[in-house]
Amino acid sequence: MQQITFILNGEKQVVSADPSSRLLDILRDTLGLTAVKEGCGEGECGACSVLKDGKLVNSCIVPMGSVDGAEITTLEGLRDTAEGENIISAYADSGAVQCGFCTPGMVMAAAALLRENPEPDEQEIREALSGNLCRCTGYNLLVKGVTLASERGKEKGIWQ
Amino acid sequence: MNPTKQVNQNTNQNPDQGKLLQTDASPEISFKAVNKSFARLDGYEKVTGRVAFGADISKYRQIYAVNVLSPLAHAKIMQIDLSQAMKVPGFTAAATAADVPGSNSMFGRFPVLAAEEVKFIGDGVAVIAAETREAAVLAASLVKVTYRELPAVLTVKEALAPEAPRVHPDLEDNHIEHSHHKMYSGNVETGFSQADIILERDYTTGFAYTGYIEPEAVAVYPDPGRNGIVIEGTIQNPYSVRENVAAALGVPMNHVRVIQTAIGGSFGGKDESVIVMAARCAVLAAKTRRPVKMVLSREESSRIGGKRHPYFSHYRIGATRDGTITAIEDTVYAQGGAYNKQAMFLNWRGSVHAAGPYRIPHVKTDIYGVYTHTLYGTAYRGFSAPQLVFAVESLIDELAEACRLDPLEFRLRNCLKPGDTIPSGQTLDPEKMPANLREILLAVTDKTGFKKKWQENRIRAIQPGHQNLKQLTPQQLSGIGLSATYRGAGLGGEGLDTGAAVLTLDRDGYLNIQSSSTEMGQGIRTAHAQIAAEVLGISMDRVSFSPTDTSITLDAGPTVASRGILSGGNAVKIAAEKIRARLASAAVEILGCTRNPHPSRNGGKEALEFSNDTVYLSACPENSISLTELAMECHRNRGIPLTAQGWFTPEPEKLDHATGQGNAYPTYLFGAAVAEITLDPGTGKISVKKITAAYELGRAVNPDIVIGQLTGSIMQGLGYGIMEEIDVRSGALQTLNFDEYMLPGVMDLPEVDILLYETDSNVGPYGAKGIGEIGIELIAPAIANAFFNATGRRIRELPLNFERALLGKALR
Repeated sequence: MQQITFILNGEKQVVSADPSSRLLDILRDTLGLTAVKEGCGEGECGACSVLKDGKLVNSCIVPMGSVDGAEITTLEGLRDTAEGENIISAYADSGAVQCGFCTPGMVMAAAALLRENPEPDEQEIREALSGNLCRCTGYNLLVKGVTLASERGKEKGIWQ
Repeated sequence: MNPTKQVNQNTNQNPDQGKLLQTDASPEISFKAVNKSFARLDGYEKVTGRVAFGADISKYRQIYAVNVLSPLAHAKIMQIDLSQAMKVPGFTAAATAADVPGSNSMFGRFPVLAAEEVKFIGDGVAVIAAETREAAVLAASLVKVTYRELPAVLTVKEALAPEAPRVHPDLEDNHIEHSHHKMYSGNVETGFSQADIILERDYTTGFAYTGYIEPEAVAVYPDPGRNGIVIEGTIQNPYSVRENVAAALGVPMNHVRVIQTAIGGSFGGKDESVIVMAARCAVLAAKTRRPVKMVLSREESSRIGGKRHPYFSHYRIGATRDGTITAIEDTVYAQGGAYNKQAMFLNWRGSVHAAGPYRIPHVKTDIYGVYTHTLYGTAYRGFSAPQLVFAVESLIDELAEACRLDPLEFRLRNCLKPGDTIPSGQTLDPEKMPANLREILLAVTDKTGFKKKWQENRIRAIQPGHQNLKQLTPQQLSGIGLSATYRGAGLGGEGLDTGAAVLTLDRDGYLNIQSSSTEMGQGIRTAHAQIAAEVLGISMDRVSFSPTDTSITLDAGPTVASRGILSGGNAVKIAAEKIRARLASAAVEILGCTRNPHPSRNGGKEALEFSNDTVYLSACPENSISLTELAMECHRNRGIPLTAQGWFTPEPEKLDHATGQGNAYPTYLFGAAVAEITLDPGTGKISVKKITAAYELGRAVNPDIVIGQLTGSIMQGLGYGIMEEIDVRSGALQTLNFDEYMLPGVMDLPEVDILLYETDSNVGPYGAKGIGEIGIELIAPAIANAFFNATGRRIRELPLNFERALLGKALR
């Protein structure tokens, strides 16, 4: 066990954890952040996506030892911001949601993309979502959702 | 029959796509809430991550349960040694077959825990509970089971061999009980004697994994308020769970309360696996009196969860030289695996569809289910159609080729038309079942320029040198393929298609729906809300829903067979109409209306209008009362109950078991698809460039949700066609996670263009027939036919992965 200090959704967090334990388990089980989902446990499906120092990562393959001093953002930290709300409502309005299990990860992937590239083209959106699996939608409406988030975000000046 | 009206667009990036075309639907019908693309009721909350799925449920003092699974396909259990497991700090309890208080044989012969022997590599031998999941995993790994390995039958061929080991020794052989279904019409020998061309072909499809992103999860705890237990989880069919767990515990069903959490995809799959999980956790909860939670890892889900049945189909088909089919005969084996909850229903549906959507005078179909010591078959989306439509639509293309007709021309000559009789003897009554397959075939082929492209590719493929792939470019290896289908709506003769719902209009004028159809992501809550809103003139933002809970919602059977709309929607409509009638009885008095409010006794004309959360006199719209005031008046002053139950029981459909003759389904859906592909000659990778598909669905209750369902189905069909493969021939399972079992990703998705054809049908609510499944079955055969068009080579086994495409055979 080791004291690990990091910034979680904008606030300092100290947890006692085995450095080899998974960030996913600490977020879900210790801290109760259940918007982070586990789909595969090996970094294939993206349901557990979070931002680590602004970069999209699969929290199921991030060891806690590497989190010390890092900044972690989950959907819980994003959903009440203008940035998060913009993506969330764009997905919802696009009909991009069916079962909703992969969707939190898709929000995080969209957030990571739009911060880097607020006006992506379709190919760039597809590449940005390519680490996230969805079994329900066939993806096309998710791509449409990100396009809508980009357009609305520009109008609202979210990335200025 | 010309497309007359375009009422919906914008289904994906290209605004020209996914137009809703009304063909036979009455243009004068206008809707208030149905047939409109409202946002999902549960959409926004799901995107925020606030919705709780099974794994998100946590209970005070819960313990974690982990399965001990068989590593062997078939073995006798000699000894189970728990001593090392019990030493793990945090170990709480263990259960084996001996701890099951009630019946250890659930529906379909699934044991709660294997007693004498294990029959496949997902069989549970023991279940361990501990204070933490880590401790439970460790303790489960220390359970020492001594097995004596027994000979296993891993394929249908092995299972049907003389003297083969029997999966269930109390049966005479490995045929699954009641799974042989027949469809006999005419006399096939007469039909074949009239044929100029006869083809005989075999088609094979393997297991396929439902691949939902959420692994199965349940939490089971002693009921805090009464004698019994509560089960919460990712459960597609709560009433099946209740019945089986009650039997396993030896208690009445009303001692078991099953509450469905949000489900992260199911597609038919979260059925047997969650029953087994819930039963095991229930045994532990009864033993410890503590909440027990079980969440499967992806690898466990791959082993425990059901798969689409492999089908081995032998077809013989005959046609005259001018391209008229005279006879079809097929013998089909469905691999059921170790246990079976589905084959008797699956093969029933299969027997109706096995000859395809064609007018064939002489048909002989025999479909059998077979036990093997492998993963078991579940009700994965399509339920025999993905397997059989691949076979029959490949066969039809082969026969067209033999008759020197292009695939479209051949299908147009033979496809079912209004007034035709299907093999079961049922006539497609033009009034009730429009059967516009011809129009649909023409729509998808016109839109894609199918005929011209097909002929160009075909001519290129027969040039000398075309067989030497390495000298060609992907553009020189482009292909276009066509497929067609028809699908019985709902359960038909598989079972009684009942539906149930209870609606309550609260005193504030807001509505709640308790439906016995479960939401799995397919959008049934929203569709039901639209049906209720249509009847009551209530706005969608006033409608909410309860989760399915077996102690509250009504047991009207499982949510399967795309029947949530057909039967569940009808039940909602019935309940809403009852509330409307009660509201009307008060409104006529309040508004001073002297005319009879009931349209059936009023020359068909409604005296009252329900619209925009208001009730008013048709003849005098100013004379109105708000729904809120009216509901309050009924509650407070008149004692009129605004809770109503809707129960839908359809006419029974049935077939004569000996011949397959009879009315199989109340109505049918039709569909056709075109796939356009290229083949990479270096790797064998098939790239699907575009899918154009058209479906006749009665009515789209919510066109956007329909397009979403169909697009997702098309994606799953694409995975089934070219990517997804499970190998069980060694008895072990290699494809345990998504690094080996390849689901289509966002980059694999082609352009998808969907056309919807609406018709007036009197079976489902507002004509809706249900579209949860029909999307999937056309895709693999359309791709296989496109592959033939590109290369001149026919592959009769799925998936068309790199090795089959390049070498014509599987490497493993």
